[in-house]
Amino acid sequence: MLDHVRQGTRLGWTICVSVTLTVMLLQIGTAVAQSADTSEKEIERYRAMISDPFSNPGYLNVDRGELLWKQAAGTKKVSLETCDLGIGPGKLEGASAAMPRHFADAGRVMDLEQRLLWCMENIQGADTKDVIKRRFSGPGVSSDMEDLVAFISNKSSGLKISLRNDHPKEQEMLAVGEAMFFRRSSISDFSCATCHAEEGKRIRLQGLPNLSKPGKQAQETMGSWPTYRVSQSQLRTMQHRLWDCYRQMRMPAPDYASDGITALTLYLNTQAAGAEINVPSIKR
Amino acid sequence: MKRFSTLLRVTTLATLLGTALTLATAAQQAAKVDPKIVDAYIKGTWKSPPEGWQVRIDQDETQRVCSAYRNDPPTAEFEKIRARELATVVFPADGTVLGDWKAGERVAQTGVGGQFSDAPGTVAGGNCYACHQMAKAELSYGTLGPSLLEYGKIRKFDAAESKQAYAKIFNAQSVQPCSNMPRFGYHKFLTEQQMKDVTAYLMSPDSPVNK
Ligand code: HEC
Ligand code: HEC
Repeated sequence: MLDHVRQGTRLGWTICVSVTLTVMLLQIGTAVAQSADTSEKEIERYRAMISDPFSNPGYLNVDRGELLWKQAAGTKKVSLETCDLGIGPGKLEGASAAMPRHFADAGRVMDLEQRLLWCMENIQGADTKDVIKRRFSGPGVSSDMEDLVAFISNKSSGLKISLRNDHPKEQEMLAVGEAMFFRRSSISDFSCATCHAEEGKRIRLQGLPNLSKPGKQAQETMGSWPTYRVSQSQLRTMQHRLWDCYRQMRMPAPDYASDGITALTLYLNTQAAGAEINVPSIKR
Repeated sequence: MKRFSTLLRVTTLATLLGTALTLATAAQQAAKVDPKIVDAYIKGTWKSPPEGWQVRIDQDETQRVCSAYRNDPPTAEFEKIRARELATVVFPADGTVLGDWKAGERVAQTGVGGQFSDAPGTVAGGNCYACHQMAKAELSYGTLGPSLLEYGKIRKFDAAESKQAYAKIFNAQSVQPCSNMPRFGYHKFLTEQQMKDVTAYLMSPDSPVNK
Protein backbone atom coordinates (compact mmCIF):
# COMPACT_ATOMS: atom_id res chain seq x y z
CA MET A 1 0.00 0.00 0.00
CA LEU A 2 2.95 2.31 0.68
CA ASP A 3 4.14 2.88 -2.81
CA HIS A 4 6.39 5.92 -2.78
CA VAL A 5 5.88 6.63 -6.44
CA ARG A 6 2.17 6.83 -5.81
CA GLN A 7 2.71 9.01 -2.76
CA GLY A 8 4.86 11.30 -4.83
CA THR A 9 2.12 11.58 -7.40
CA ARG A 10 -0.38 12.24 -4.66
CA LEU A 11 1.76 14.99 -3.23
CA GLY A 12 1.87 16.59 -6.66
CA TRP A 13 -1.90 16.35 -6.84
CA THR A 14 -2.26 17.67 -3.35
CA ILE A 15 -0.41 20.86 -4.12
CA CYS A 16 -2.25 21.29 -7.39
CA VAL A 17 -5.63 20.59 -5.78
CA SER A 18 -4.95 22.86 -2.81
CA VAL A 19 -4.04 25.72 -5.10
CA THR A 20 -7.15 25.17 -7.21
CA LEU A 21 -9.37 24.98 -4.16
CA THR A 22 -7.84 28.09 -2.63
CA VAL A 23 -8.43 29.95 -5.89
CA MET A 24 -12.01 28.72 -5.92
CA LEU A 25 -12.49 29.83 -2.32
CA LEU A 26 -11.28 33.27 -3.27
CA GLN A 27 -13.60 33.27 -6.27
CA ILE A 28 -16.50 32.42 -4.01
CA GLY A 29 -15.60 35.39 -1.84
CA THR A 30 -15.78 37.67 -4.87
CA ALA A 31 -18.89 35.99 -6.17
CA VAL A 32 -20.61 36.63 -2.86
CA ALA A 33 -19.91 40.29 -3.24
CA GLN A 34 -21.42 40.18 -6.74
CA SER A 35 -24.60 38.23 -6.20
CA ALA A 36 -26.08 35.68 -3.87
CA ASP A 37 -27.22 33.64 -6.86
CA THR A 38 -23.81 33.24 -8.45
CA SER A 39 -22.32 32.40 -5.08
CA GLU A 40 -24.81 29.57 -4.57
CA LYS A 41 -23.72 28.08 -7.89
CA GLU A 42 -20.05 28.54 -7.06
CA ILE A 43 -20.50 26.85 -3.72
CA GLU A 44 -22.25 23.95 -5.49
CA ARG A 45 -19.38 23.61 -7.98
CA TYR A 46 -16.88 23.73 -5.15
CA ARG A 47 -18.77 21.11 -3.15
CA ALA A 48 -18.88 18.78 -6.15
CA MET A 49 -15.15 19.18 -6.61
CA ILE A 50 -14.15 18.58 -3.02
CA SER A 51 -16.26 15.45 -2.78
CA ASP A 52 -14.13 13.75 -5.44
CA PRO A 53 -12.05 11.19 -3.51
CA PHE A 54 -9.19 11.28 -6.02
CA SER A 55 -8.51 14.90 -5.24
CA ASN A 56 -8.53 14.34 -1.46
CA PRO A 57 -5.14 14.91 0.21
CA GLY A 58 -6.51 13.18 3.33
CA TYR A 59 -5.45 9.88 1.79
CA LEU A 60 -1.84 10.90 2.41
CA ASN A 61 -2.68 10.81 6.13
CA VAL A 62 -4.23 7.37 5.66
CA ASP A 63 -0.96 6.07 4.18
CA ARG A 64 1.16 7.65 6.92
CA GLY A 65 -1.20 6.28 9.55
CA GLU A 66 -0.73 2.75 8.23
CA LEU A 67 3.04 3.12 8.60
CA LEU A 68 2.66 4.38 12.17
CA TRP A 69 0.29 1.54 13.07
CA LYS A 70 2.84 -1.07 11.94
CA GLN A 71 5.96 0.61 13.26
CA ALA A 72 7.69 -0.73 16.38
CA ALA A 73 7.99 2.02 19.00
CA GLY A 74 8.14 2.76 22.73
CA THR A 75 10.28 1.11 25.41
CA LYS A 76 8.84 -2.28 24.43
CA LYS A 77 9.71 -1.75 20.76
CA VAL A 78 6.46 -3.22 19.47
CA SER A 79 3.90 -1.93 16.99
CA LEU A 80 0.28 -1.00 17.74
CA GLU A 81 -0.94 -4.02 15.78
CA THR A 82 -2.15 -5.86 18.90
CA CYS A 83 -4.12 -2.82 20.15
CA ASP A 84 -7.75 -3.81 20.78
CA LEU A 85 -10.07 -1.09 19.52
CA GLY A 86 -13.10 -2.91 20.88
CA ILE A 87 -13.60 -5.75 18.45
CA GLY A 88 -10.45 -7.77 19.14
CA PRO A 89 -6.68 -7.17 19.03
CA GLY A 90 -5.60 -5.63 15.73
CA LYS A 91 -9.10 -5.75 14.22
CA LEU A 92 -9.78 -2.52 12.37
CA GLU A 93 -12.78 -3.04 10.06
CA GLY A 94 -15.76 -1.49 11.85
CA ALA A 95 -13.82 -0.55 15.00
CA SER A 96 -14.21 3.23 14.78
CA ALA A 97 -17.86 2.84 13.70
CA ALA A 98 -18.69 1.65 17.23
CA MET A 99 -16.70 4.25 19.19
CA PRO A 100 -16.63 5.84 21.73
CA ARG A 101 -17.22 2.64 23.72
CA HIS A 102 -16.46 1.09 27.11
CA PHE A 103 -13.21 -0.85 27.45
CA ALA A 104 -13.15 -3.38 30.26
CA ASP A 105 -9.33 -3.52 30.43
CA ALA A 106 -9.15 0.22 31.07
CA GLY A 107 -12.43 0.49 32.97
CA ARG A 108 -13.33 3.59 30.96
CA VAL A 109 -15.30 4.79 27.96
CA MET A 110 -12.88 6.02 25.30
CA ASP A 111 -12.98 7.58 21.88
CA LEU A 112 -10.49 6.43 19.23
CA GLU A 113 -7.88 8.98 20.23
CA GLN A 114 -8.05 8.16 23.94
CA ARG A 115 -7.80 4.47 23.09
CA LEU A 116 -4.76 4.96 20.86
CA LEU A 117 -3.02 6.88 23.64
CA TRP A 118 -3.89 4.06 26.05
CA CYS A 119 -2.41 1.46 23.67
CA MET A 120 0.74 3.52 23.14
CA GLU A 121 1.24 3.72 26.89
CA ASN A 122 0.19 0.20 27.83
CA ILE A 123 1.26 -1.91 24.85
CA GLN A 124 4.25 0.02 23.56
CA GLY A 125 5.37 1.50 26.88
CA ALA A 126 5.59 4.80 25.03
CA ASP A 127 5.75 8.28 26.47
CA THR A 128 2.82 10.09 24.80
CA LYS A 129 3.88 13.64 25.69
CA ASP A 130 5.26 14.42 22.26
CA VAL A 131 2.31 12.76 20.49
CA ILE A 132 -0.09 14.87 22.55
CA LYS A 133 1.93 18.00 21.86
CA ARG A 134 1.52 17.32 18.12
CA ARG A 135 -2.18 16.39 18.49
CA PHE A 136 -3.17 18.91 15.81
CA SER A 137 -0.92 19.33 12.79
CA GLY A 138 0.25 22.72 11.60
CA PRO A 139 2.70 24.16 9.09
CA GLY A 140 5.75 21.86 9.18
CA VAL A 141 4.36 19.74 12.04
CA SER A 142 2.64 16.46 11.31
CA SER A 143 0.33 14.76 13.79
CA ASP A 144 0.63 11.02 14.46
CA MET A 145 -2.86 11.06 15.96
CA GLU A 146 -4.45 12.62 12.88
CA ASP A 147 -2.64 10.10 10.66
CA LEU A 148 -3.62 7.11 12.79
CA VAL A 149 -7.25 8.25 13.04
CA ALA A 150 -7.37 8.73 9.25
CA PHE A 151 -6.00 5.21 8.66
CA ILE A 152 -8.20 3.47 11.24
CA SER A 153 -11.42 5.35 10.42
CA ASN A 154 -10.92 4.70 6.74
CA LYS A 155 -11.21 0.98 7.57
CA SER A 156 -14.85 1.66 8.52
CA SER A 157 -15.69 3.43 5.28
CA GLY A 158 -18.81 1.96 3.74
CA LEU A 159 -20.01 0.70 7.14
CA LYS A 160 -22.55 2.37 9.42
CA ILE A 161 -22.15 4.21 12.73
CA SER A 162 -23.52 1.90 15.39
CA LEU A 163 -22.86 2.36 19.11
CA ARG A 164 -24.08 -0.22 21.62
CA ASN A 165 -24.47 2.13 24.58
CA ASP A 166 -25.42 -0.77 26.84
CA HIS A 167 -22.79 -0.28 29.54
CA PRO A 168 -23.83 2.00 32.45
CA LYS A 169 -20.74 4.17 31.83
CA GLU A 170 -21.75 4.56 28.18
CA GLN A 171 -25.22 5.59 29.26
CA GLU A 172 -23.74 8.12 31.66
CA MET A 173 -21.59 9.55 28.84
CA LEU A 174 -24.64 9.79 26.58
CA ALA A 175 -26.58 11.75 29.19
CA VAL A 176 -23.61 13.99 30.00
CA GLY A 177 -22.92 14.59 26.31
CA GLU A 178 -26.50 15.68 25.82
CA ALA A 179 -26.35 17.99 28.84
CA MET A 180 -23.09 19.50 27.59
CA PHE A 181 -24.63 20.07 24.16
CA PHE A 182 -27.28 22.32 25.75
CA ARG A 183 -25.00 23.87 28.40
CA ARG A 184 -24.65 27.64 27.99
CA SER A 185 -21.60 29.43 29.33
CA SER A 186 -18.86 31.99 28.80
CA ILE A 187 -18.97 35.58 27.62
CA SER A 188 -21.22 34.98 24.64
CA ASP A 189 -23.72 32.72 26.43
CA PHE A 190 -23.40 30.08 23.71
CA SER A 191 -24.10 26.37 23.88
CA CYS A 192 -23.70 23.93 21.01
CA ALA A 193 -27.47 24.24 20.58
CA THR A 194 -27.15 27.98 19.85
CA CYS A 195 -25.68 27.07 16.48
CA HIS A 196 -26.75 23.45 15.94
CA ALA A 197 -30.38 23.05 17.03
CA GLU A 198 -32.35 24.22 13.99
CA GLU A 199 -32.45 23.23 10.37
CA GLY A 200 -31.43 25.63 7.63
CA LYS A 201 -29.60 28.18 9.80
CA ARG A 202 -26.39 29.91 8.78
CA ILE A 203 -23.67 31.82 10.58
CA ARG A 204 -22.51 34.36 8.02
CA LEU A 205 -22.65 32.11 4.90
CA GLN A 206 -21.73 28.85 6.62
CA GLY A 207 -24.56 26.35 6.85
CA LEU A 208 -25.01 24.85 10.31
CA PRO A 209 -26.13 21.23 10.69
CA ASN A 210 -28.86 20.50 13.24
CA LEU A 211 -27.19 18.05 15.60
CA SER A 212 -29.82 18.25 18.34
CA LYS A 213 -31.92 15.39 17.02
CA PRO A 214 -31.32 12.03 15.39
CA GLY A 215 -31.51 11.99 11.63
CA LYS A 216 -30.01 12.93 8.32
CA GLN A 217 -28.06 16.04 9.32
CA ALA A 218 -26.37 14.35 12.27
CA GLN A 219 -25.68 11.32 10.09
CA GLU A 220 -24.16 13.28 7.22
CA THR A 221 -22.03 15.21 9.67
CA MET A 222 -20.70 12.41 11.82
CA GLY A 223 -20.28 9.97 8.91
CA SER A 224 -17.83 12.40 7.32
CA TRP A 225 -15.22 12.80 10.10
CA PRO A 226 -12.22 12.76 10.07
CA THR A 227 -12.08 15.14 7.16
CA TYR A 228 -9.47 16.98 5.14
CA ARG A 229 -10.18 20.68 5.75
CA VAL A 230 -9.25 22.71 2.71
CA SER A 231 -9.31 26.00 4.63
CA GLN A 232 -6.64 24.63 6.99
CA SER A 233 -4.82 22.36 4.51
CA GLN A 234 -4.87 19.60 7.15
CA LEU A 235 -6.74 16.47 8.02
CA ARG A 236 -8.82 17.06 11.15
CA THR A 237 -10.46 14.76 13.70
CA MET A 238 -13.58 15.31 15.86
CA GLN A 239 -11.26 16.34 18.73
CA HIS A 240 -10.14 19.29 16.61
CA ARG A 241 -13.66 20.17 15.40
CA LEU A 242 -15.01 20.43 18.94
CA TRP A 243 -11.90 22.33 20.08
CA ASP A 244 -12.64 24.79 17.26
CA CYS A 245 -16.32 25.12 18.21
CA TYR A 246 -15.36 25.79 21.85
CA ARG A 247 -13.00 28.46 20.52
CA GLN A 248 -15.96 30.13 18.79
CA MET A 249 -17.88 29.81 22.05
CA ARG A 250 -15.18 31.88 23.77
CA MET A 251 -14.46 29.01 26.12
CA PRO A 252 -10.94 28.07 27.13
CA ALA A 253 -9.43 25.31 24.99
CA PRO A 254 -10.80 21.97 26.22
CA ASP A 255 -8.16 19.45 27.27
CA TYR A 256 -7.21 17.05 24.50
CA ALA A 257 -8.68 13.55 24.87
CA SER A 258 -10.69 14.54 27.94
CA ASP A 259 -13.90 12.80 28.96
CA GLY A 260 -16.16 15.78 28.18
CA ILE A 261 -15.16 15.74 24.51
CA THR A 262 -15.70 11.98 24.44
CA ALA A 263 -19.15 12.44 26.01
CA LEU A 264 -20.11 14.97 23.31
CA THR A 265 -18.77 12.69 20.57
CA LEU A 266 -20.68 9.73 21.98
CA TYR A 267 -23.86 11.85 22.05
CA LEU A 268 -23.35 13.06 18.48
CA ASN A 269 -22.55 9.57 17.17
CA THR A 270 -25.69 8.29 18.89
CA GLN A 271 -27.76 10.97 17.10
CA ALA A 272 -26.02 9.79 13.92
CA ALA A 273 -26.85 6.09 14.36
CA GLY A 274 -27.06 4.35 11.00
CA ALA A 275 -24.94 6.96 9.23
CA GLU A 276 -22.93 5.66 6.32
CA ILE A 277 -19.25 6.33 6.96
CA ASN A 278 -17.24 7.81 4.13
CA VAL A 279 -13.85 8.98 5.38
CA PRO A 280 -11.61 10.78 5.17
CA SER A 281 -13.98 13.22 3.53
CA ILE A 282 -12.98 16.65 2.31
CA LYS A 283 -14.61 19.91 3.38
CA ARG A 284 -14.27 23.63 3.50
CA MET B 1 -63.09 28.93 2.61
CA LYS B 2 -64.74 27.47 5.71
CA ARG B 3 -63.12 24.08 5.16
CA PHE B 4 -59.83 25.78 4.63
CA SER B 5 -59.99 27.60 7.94
CA THR B 6 -61.04 24.40 9.77
CA LEU B 7 -58.08 22.68 8.26
CA LEU B 8 -55.94 25.55 9.39
CA ARG B 9 -57.28 25.31 12.92
CA VAL B 10 -56.66 21.56 13.01
CA THR B 11 -53.13 22.07 11.77
CA THR B 12 -52.50 24.72 14.40
CA LEU B 13 -53.85 22.44 17.08
CA ALA B 14 -51.62 19.62 15.87
CA THR B 15 -48.62 21.93 15.90
CA LEU B 16 -49.43 23.09 19.41
CA LEU B 17 -49.83 19.51 20.58
CA GLY B 18 -46.58 18.59 18.87
CA THR B 19 -44.79 21.46 20.57
CA ALA B 20 -46.19 20.50 23.95
CA LEU B 21 -45.03 16.93 23.45
CA THR B 22 -41.57 18.00 22.34
CA LEU B 23 -41.27 20.26 25.37
CA ALA B 24 -42.33 17.47 27.68
CA THR B 25 -39.69 15.12 26.25
CA ALA B 26 -37.06 17.85 26.32
CA ALA B 27 -37.74 18.45 30.00
CA GLN B 28 -37.54 14.73 30.74
CA GLN B 29 -34.25 14.41 28.92
CA ALA B 30 -32.85 17.42 30.72
CA ALA B 31 -33.69 15.90 34.08
CA LYS B 32 -32.08 12.53 33.56
CA VAL B 33 -28.53 13.31 34.62
CA ASP B 34 -27.40 14.60 37.99
CA PRO B 35 -25.93 18.10 37.45
CA LYS B 36 -23.10 17.13 39.82
CA ILE B 37 -21.97 14.46 37.36
CA VAL B 38 -22.00 16.97 34.52
CA ASP B 39 -19.99 19.39 36.65
CA ALA B 40 -17.38 16.69 37.28
CA TYR B 41 -17.00 16.13 33.53
CA ILE B 42 -16.72 19.87 32.96
CA LYS B 43 -13.96 20.10 35.57
CA GLY B 44 -12.14 17.20 33.96
CA THR B 45 -12.35 18.78 30.51
CA TRP B 46 -10.88 22.13 31.59
CA LYS B 47 -8.41 21.10 34.28
CA SER B 48 -6.23 24.20 34.29
CA PRO B 49 -7.75 27.09 32.33
CA PRO B 50 -5.69 30.24 31.80
CA GLU B 51 -5.64 32.81 34.60
CA GLY B 52 -8.99 34.58 34.82
CA TRP B 53 -10.86 32.18 32.51
CA GLN B 54 -12.53 29.94 35.11
CA VAL B 55 -15.56 32.28 35.19
CA ARG B 56 -16.20 31.41 31.55
CA ILE B 57 -16.53 27.73 32.45
CA ASP B 58 -18.78 28.25 35.48
CA GLN B 59 -22.36 29.24 34.69
CA ASP B 60 -24.16 32.24 36.13
CA GLU B 61 -27.70 31.68 37.41
CA THR B 62 -29.32 32.74 34.13
CA GLN B 63 -27.12 30.45 32.04
CA ARG B 64 -27.84 27.61 34.44
CA VAL B 65 -31.63 28.05 34.36
CA CYS B 66 -31.76 28.58 30.58
CA SER B 67 -29.64 25.45 30.02
CA ALA B 68 -31.78 23.36 32.35
CA TYR B 69 -34.99 24.41 30.55
CA ARG B 70 -33.41 24.41 27.10
CA ASN B 71 -34.20 28.11 26.71
CA ASP B 72 -37.88 27.61 27.43
CA PRO B 73 -38.29 28.33 31.16
CA PRO B 74 -41.67 28.26 32.93
CA THR B 75 -43.29 31.68 33.46
CA ALA B 76 -42.04 32.21 37.01
CA GLU B 77 -38.41 31.55 36.01
CA PHE B 78 -38.87 33.63 32.86
CA GLU B 79 -39.94 36.63 34.94
CA LYS B 80 -37.12 36.13 37.44
CA ILE B 81 -34.57 36.17 34.66
CA ARG B 82 -36.07 39.26 33.04
CA ALA B 83 -36.02 41.18 36.35
CA ARG B 84 -32.47 40.07 37.17
CA GLU B 85 -31.11 40.93 33.71
CA LEU B 86 -32.95 44.22 33.49
CA ALA B 87 -31.26 45.29 36.73
CA THR B 88 -27.84 44.93 35.04
CA VAL B 89 -28.53 47.39 32.21
CA VAL B 90 -26.54 50.61 32.55
CA PHE B 91 -27.33 53.45 30.16
CA PRO B 92 -24.56 55.89 29.13
CA ALA B 93 -24.01 58.63 31.72
CA ASP B 94 -24.11 61.36 29.07
CA GLY B 95 -27.74 60.48 28.28
CA THR B 96 -27.27 59.57 24.63
CA VAL B 97 -27.34 56.04 23.25
CA LEU B 98 -26.37 57.04 19.70
CA GLY B 99 -22.71 57.05 18.65
CA ASP B 100 -21.04 56.99 15.23
CA TRP B 101 -22.75 54.59 12.79
CA LYS B 102 -19.57 54.18 10.73
CA ALA B 103 -17.69 52.87 13.76
CA GLY B 104 -20.81 50.82 14.51
CA GLU B 105 -20.57 49.13 11.12
CA ARG B 106 -17.10 47.86 12.07
CA VAL B 107 -18.50 46.53 15.36
CA ALA B 108 -21.24 44.71 13.44
CA GLN B 109 -18.79 43.25 10.88
CA THR B 110 -16.00 42.18 13.23
CA GLY B 111 -16.12 38.66 14.60
CA VAL B 112 -12.86 38.38 16.52
CA GLY B 113 -12.23 38.98 20.20
CA GLY B 114 -12.42 36.88 23.31
CA GLN B 115 -11.30 33.63 21.66
CA PHE B 116 -8.30 31.68 22.94
CA SER B 117 -6.80 32.06 19.49
CA ASP B 118 -6.94 35.89 19.59
CA ALA B 119 -3.77 37.84 20.31
CA PRO B 120 -3.93 39.65 23.66
CA GLY B 121 -5.35 43.13 23.24
CA THR B 122 -7.50 42.21 20.21
CA VAL B 123 -10.42 44.64 20.01
CA ALA B 124 -13.60 42.56 20.16
CA GLY B 125 -16.41 42.97 17.65
CA GLY B 126 -20.12 42.34 18.09
CA ASN B 127 -20.25 39.97 15.12
CA CYS B 128 -23.88 40.99 14.54
CA TYR B 129 -23.62 39.89 10.89
CA ALA B 130 -22.97 36.33 12.05
CA CYS B 131 -26.66 36.20 13.00
CA HIS B 132 -28.48 39.18 11.44
CA GLN B 133 -29.16 40.71 8.06
CA MET B 134 -28.49 44.45 8.44
CA ALA B 135 -27.46 46.66 5.48
CA LYS B 136 -28.96 45.63 2.13
CA ALA B 137 -25.58 45.56 0.37
CA GLU B 138 -24.01 43.09 2.80
CA LEU B 139 -24.95 39.62 1.56
CA SER B 140 -22.72 37.64 3.88
CA TYR B 141 -25.07 37.49 6.84
CA GLY B 142 -26.24 34.66 9.09
CA THR B 143 -29.79 33.69 9.97
CA LEU B 144 -29.67 32.75 13.68
CA GLY B 145 -31.39 36.06 14.49
CA PRO B 146 -34.14 38.05 12.71
CA SER B 147 -33.39 40.48 9.88
CA LEU B 148 -32.63 44.00 11.11
CA LEU B 149 -32.96 45.55 7.66
CA GLU B 150 -34.34 49.13 7.92
CA TYR B 151 -34.42 48.73 11.69
CA GLY B 152 -34.50 52.47 12.46
CA LYS B 153 -36.64 53.44 9.48
CA ILE B 154 -39.38 50.97 10.52
CA ARG B 155 -39.28 52.50 14.01
CA LYS B 156 -39.45 56.06 12.62
CA PHE B 157 -36.05 56.85 14.20
CA ASP B 158 -37.87 57.19 17.51
CA ALA B 159 -35.71 58.09 20.54
CA ALA B 160 -37.42 55.62 22.87
CA GLU B 161 -36.78 52.87 20.30
CA SER B 162 -33.08 53.80 20.25
CA LYS B 163 -32.93 53.40 23.99
CA GLN B 164 -34.70 50.06 23.72
CA ALA B 165 -32.19 48.89 21.07
CA TYR B 166 -29.29 49.92 23.31
CA ALA B 167 -30.78 47.94 26.21
CA LYS B 168 -31.26 44.95 23.89
CA ILE B 169 -27.59 45.04 22.89
CA PHE B 170 -26.43 45.61 26.49
CA ASN B 171 -28.44 42.65 27.72
CA ALA B 172 -30.60 40.75 25.23
CA GLN B 173 -32.15 38.76 28.06
CA SER B 174 -33.52 41.84 29.78
CA VAL B 175 -35.99 41.86 26.88
CA GLN B 176 -36.17 38.16 25.95
CA PRO B 177 -35.07 35.75 28.71
CA CYS B 178 -32.96 32.85 27.42
CA SER B 179 -32.44 34.61 24.07
CA ASN B 180 -29.67 33.08 21.96
CA MET B 181 -28.15 36.53 21.53
CA PRO B 182 -25.05 37.29 23.65
CA ARG B 183 -25.36 39.83 26.51
CA PHE B 184 -22.73 42.23 25.19
CA GLY B 185 -22.76 44.86 27.93
CA TYR B 186 -23.40 42.50 30.83
CA HIS B 187 -20.27 40.49 29.95
CA LYS B 188 -18.30 43.67 29.09
CA PHE B 189 -17.77 42.01 25.71
CA LEU B 190 -18.32 45.40 24.03
CA THR B 191 -17.49 48.82 25.47
CA GLU B 192 -20.13 51.48 26.08
CA GLN B 193 -18.82 53.41 23.05
CA GLN B 194 -19.05 50.32 20.81
CA MET B 195 -22.63 49.70 21.94
CA LYS B 196 -23.53 53.32 21.21
CA ASP B 197 -21.92 53.08 17.79
CA VAL B 198 -23.74 49.91 16.84
CA THR B 199 -27.03 51.39 18.14
CA ALA B 200 -26.41 54.29 15.75
CA TYR B 201 -25.74 51.78 12.97
CA LEU B 202 -29.27 50.45 13.58
CA MET B 203 -31.06 53.73 14.33
CA SER B 204 -29.35 56.50 12.34
CA PRO B 205 -31.17 57.75 9.18
CA ASP B 206 -27.76 57.94 7.40
CA SER B 207 -26.82 54.36 8.20
CA PRO B 208 -26.83 51.88 5.27
CA VAL B 209 -29.11 49.72 7.45
CA ASN B 210 -31.88 52.26 6.75
CA LYS B 211 -31.14 52.96 3.09
C1 HEC C 1 -21.02 30.18 17.42
C2 HEC C 1 -21.42 29.10 16.62
C3 HEC C 1 -21.12 27.67 16.99
C4 HEC C 1 -21.22 27.06 18.20
C5 HEC C 1 -21.68 27.65 19.51
C6 HEC C 1 -20.85 25.67 17.98
N1 HEC C 1 -20.54 25.47 16.67
FE1 HEC C 1 -20.16 23.66 15.79
N2 HEC C 1 -19.87 24.63 14.01
C7 HEC C 1 -19.97 25.99 13.81
C8 HEC C 1 -19.50 26.31 12.48
C9 HEC C 1 -19.44 27.70 11.86
C10 HEC C 1 -19.13 25.08 11.89
C11 HEC C 1 -18.53 24.85 10.51
C12 HEC C 1 -19.53 24.76 9.44
C13 HEC C 1 -18.82 24.72 8.12
O1 HEC C 1 -17.59 24.69 8.09
O2 HEC C 1 -19.50 24.70 7.12
C14 HEC C 1 -19.39 24.05 12.87
C15 HEC C 1 -19.18 22.69 12.66
C16 HEC C 1 -19.47 21.69 13.58
C17 HEC C 1 -19.39 20.27 13.31
C18 HEC C 1 -19.01 19.66 11.96
C19 HEC C 1 -20.09 19.90 10.96
C20 HEC C 1 -19.85 19.25 9.61
O3 HEC C 1 -20.66 19.48 8.73
O4 HEC C 1 -18.88 18.53 9.45
C21 HEC C 1 -19.75 19.63 14.46
C22 HEC C 1 -19.81 18.12 14.67
C23 HEC C 1 -20.03 20.65 15.45
N3 HEC C 1 -19.86 21.88 14.88
C24 HEC C 1 -20.40 20.38 16.75
C25 HEC C 1 -20.51 21.38 17.74
C26 HEC C 1 -20.61 21.11 19.16
C27 HEC C 1 -20.67 19.73 19.78
C28 HEC C 1 -20.64 22.32 19.78
C29 HEC C 1 -20.58 22.63 21.23
C30 HEC C 1 -19.49 22.13 21.98
C31 HEC C 1 -20.64 23.34 18.74
N4 HEC C 1 -20.53 22.73 17.53
C32 HEC C 1 -20.77 24.70 18.98
C33 HEC C 1 -20.44 26.92 14.70
C34 HEC C 1 -20.67 26.67 16.04
C1 HEC D 1 -25.52 34.41 18.18
C2 HEC D 1 -26.48 35.14 17.47
C3 HEC D 1 -26.63 36.63 17.62
C4 HEC D 1 -25.67 37.63 17.60
C5 HEC D 1 -24.17 37.48 17.45
C6 HEC D 1 -26.39 38.87 17.69
N1 HEC D 1 -27.73 38.63 17.78
FE1 HEC D 1 -29.20 40.03 17.89
N2 HEC D 1 -30.62 38.57 18.05
C7 HEC D 1 -30.37 37.23 18.00
C8 HEC D 1 -31.61 36.51 18.15
C9 HEC D 1 -31.76 34.99 18.14
C10 HEC D 1 -32.62 37.47 18.31
C11 HEC D 1 -34.13 37.20 18.49
C12 HEC D 1 -34.47 36.83 19.90
C13 HEC D 1 -34.40 38.03 20.78
O1 HEC D 1 -35.11 39.02 20.53
O2 HEC D 1 -33.62 38.01 21.73
C14 HEC D 1 -31.96 38.77 18.26
C15 HEC D 1 -32.61 39.98 18.36
C16 HEC D 1 -32.02 41.22 18.17
C17 HEC D 1 -32.72 42.48 18.22
C18 HEC D 1 -34.20 42.68 18.47
C19 HEC D 1 -34.92 42.53 17.17
C20 HEC D 1 -36.36 43.01 17.27
O3 HEC D 1 -37.14 42.53 16.46
O4 HEC D 1 -36.65 43.83 18.12
C21 HEC D 1 -31.77 43.47 17.99
C22 HEC D 1 -32.00 44.97 17.93
C23 HEC D 1 -30.50 42.82 17.82
N3 HEC D 1 -30.68 41.45 17.93
C24 HEC D 1 -29.30 43.46 17.56
C25 HEC D 1 -28.06 42.85 17.54
C26 HEC D 1 -26.80 43.56 17.43
C27 HEC D 1 -26.66 45.06 17.23
C28 HEC D 1 -25.80 42.63 17.51
C29 HEC D 1 -24.32 42.83 17.51
C30 HEC D 1 -23.76 43.77 18.40
C31 HEC D 1 -26.45 41.34 17.62
N4 HEC D 1 -27.80 41.51 17.64
C32 HEC D 1 -25.77 40.12 17.68
C33 HEC D 1 -29.14 36.63 17.81
C34 HEC D 1 -27.92 37.29 17.75
